Amino acid sequence: MIFLAFLLLFAGVAFRAASAHRVPWGNMYEFSITGALAFTGAYLFALVKYKIRWLGLPVSIAVLLTLGTAVTLLYRPSAPLVPALKSTWLAIHVSSAIISGGVFLLANAVAATYLILDRYESRGARPRWAEKLPSLEVLDQLSYRLVAFVFPLWTFAVIAGAIWAESAWGRYWGWDPKETWAFITWVAYAAYLHARVTIGWRGRRAAWLCLFAGSTFLFNYVYVNIWGTGRHTYSGL
Amino acid sequence: MSEVTELETLGFLRWIWRQLTSMRIALILLLLLGIAAVPGSIFPQRNQNPMKVQEFFTNNPGIAPWLDRIKLFDVYSSPWFSAIYLLLFISLIGCVLPRTAAHIKAIGAMPPLTPKFLDRMEFFHKIDRQDEEALSDARKWLKSHRFRVRVEAHSISAEKGYLRETGNLLFHLSLLLILVAVGIGSLFGSKGEAILNVGDRFINTPTSYDNLAFGKFQSDGSLQPFALTVKAFKATYDPATNAPLDYLLTVVTSNPVGAKPVTHIIKVNKPLTFGSTKIYLQANGYSAIVAVRDKSGKVVFEGAVPFLPQDANLTSTGAIKIPDMKPQIGFVASFLPTADRSASRGAFSAYPEVLDPRLLFSVWMGNLGLDTGVPQSVYRIDTSKMTRLGLKALGLHQSYNFGEGSITFEGWKSWVNLQIVDDPGKMYALFGAIFAVLGLLISLFTQQRRIWIKLDGEVQVAGLAKNGVPGLSEEIDALVKSLQKESEVKE
Repeated sequence: MIFLAFLLLFAGVAFRAASAHRVPWGNMYEFSITGALAFTGAYLFALVKYKIRWLGLPVSIAVLLTLGTAVTLLYRPSAPLVPALKSTWLAIHVSSAIISGGVFLLANAVAATYLILDRYESRGARPRWAEKLPSLEVLDQLSYRLVAFVFPLWTFAVIAGAIWAESAWGRYWGWDPKETWAFITWVAYAAYLHARVTIGWRGRRAAWLCLFAGSTFLFNYVYVNIWGTGRHTYSGL
Repeated sequence: MSEVTELETLGFLRWIWRQLTSMRIALILLLLLGIAAVPGSIFPQRNQNPMKVQEFFTNNPGIAPWLDRIKLFDVYSSPWFSAIYLLLFISLIGCVLPRTAAHIKAIGAMPPLTPKFLDRMEFFHKIDRQDEEALSDARKWLKSHRFRVRVEAHSISAEKGYLRETGNLLFHLSLLLILVAVGIGSLFGSKGEAILNVGDRFINTPTSYDNLAFGKFQSDGSLQPFALTVKAFKATYDPATNAPLDYLLTVVTSNPVGAKPVTHIIKVNKPLTFGSTKIYLQANGYSAIVAVRDKSGKVVFEGAVPFLPQDANLTSTGAIKIPDMKPQIGFVASFLPTADRSASRGAFSAYPEVLDPRLLFSVWMGNLGLDTGVPQSVYRIDTSKMTRLGLKALGLHQSYNFGEGSITFEGWKSWVNLQIVDDPGKMYALFGAIFAVLGLLISLFTQQRRIWIKLDGEVQVAGLAKNGVPGLSEEIDALVKSLQKESEVKE
């Protein structure tokens, strides 16, 4: 079912691209539908390697909420890009950022599941609905693997953004709100990786740190796009 | 006595150094750096938008000076932000340099000795095989799987995945390179802006700029000696949404001045490059061409005056100052490329292209305040010491007589704002970034692990995966299977 949804969503994003004659990453409606696609894709990709079918429900709910918001609040008709967005870096920078975001959020979902189950287990036993979910150790490892896997891509997304900023805005780094929060997300995940790999954090503390890092990403997407004043604000969301 | 205190100081310094280079402190500094970056996205920053900072001061006169005292309007150059990242980088150096030295040694060295009791290690296996050849079989298998092998009397110690540490160190050293590159850029670079009307010529000397900032160790003689003439500027808009579709700037340059002129196109994402200097198209707008005559009809001013766009349809505001008339005259003006009017907004522009231009202004007479020594915006007039003579909206080629003289709206031109940046550190930052990603990929996708084989009446196998990386269990199973097979073949 989710795979079918993924294909339909993919078609939706592709048609949007066709109707606007460009990559479909020019405003928040388009980011949101593509982000939902990336999130679903990350889930399906991880499904091949790990037994995480149980994550299907939370993933579907998150995707539905995102798409609902996108269609009702953020919808804008297809339009050409403003000149500042006309660059091959748009495709490179935005796609890598969206894919990273999808995987970060999946890692967040896993970490949140960890914390919920951990609470149940420390009080006694798991509730019935959670009996089929994997053990805490597996969840713990899975969220770490997802982050470790996608951290280089996020680094690349930030660097691609810097290279683009250099050719569009005349500097590669200028502490624009979006840049600042991308940096904060990067630092937070770097701290998470160090905490795990070098200091050996596991379990609850690591899960909280993972959630914190993921929330900086979400904050960047929601707050900076809607209320921010930086140079990343284009074409009415 | 003094020797003791000296020792104490030395001990204390050592203690500080150990603390600073410890992973825990590095982690805290890393998180602090993230948190310290937050206020810069909440409060307006001087280096990005000085106007917004001024606005904040006007709106919050009570708290703004206090926020300013703790540098909340200059977060990224503030002492506390600098302190965090400098401490972090010192910590990084203290951690990475010794590890680099150790790693270089380890590359030349053999894997560490086999531990005494393999049955206490992970992935422990026993194979029922007595022959001495087991070791050489194992050695062959490990070699063919590209392990580094250390053969001892009755055991083998093998290790693979040294690249992990190589990548890890490469990543962190690249971060240092980026920091150095940023430093070079800010110490030896320059950054300036100039507004040019179509037809204007610009020579790259400090006086040609509207504003220009040099790095600490950069002198004004170091600017690229080019000259540039703005030939044409074309903006195209989407008639359905009024949104800009494309900006196309044509310039003719000679580098150095006097050299053969060359025509170039500059676009928003396509700056013009001279060495480490780049020329960017940052903004555009309209200049109104006006002629001002005195009572006798003599022209006292004629020229193009740039106006600042206020909205997406380029409703623009500006000021025309005539200090040479006695008394001085000033026009507080708006330029509308496509004039429209509504009850709520008054006059405004309905489309960003010039279709039906209008020049709106109020005329003021008195003291423009140009000789007070306080720098003034060219787009504003301080009318506190002036009296108003009249209000008028002019169409193209229309004139207005304000008593002391007359003004004629003769036409318009586009202006472009060029940003000219010299950043000699940029290339290093790019290299740093590329190496950082490479290092990261290598270190996160290389798995470092050890395998030991020991003869102790039977063949014992065990392993160790650094950082709990997966896959070693399968690898050891394969090795065990191969050793069992070999023994079957031999029997």
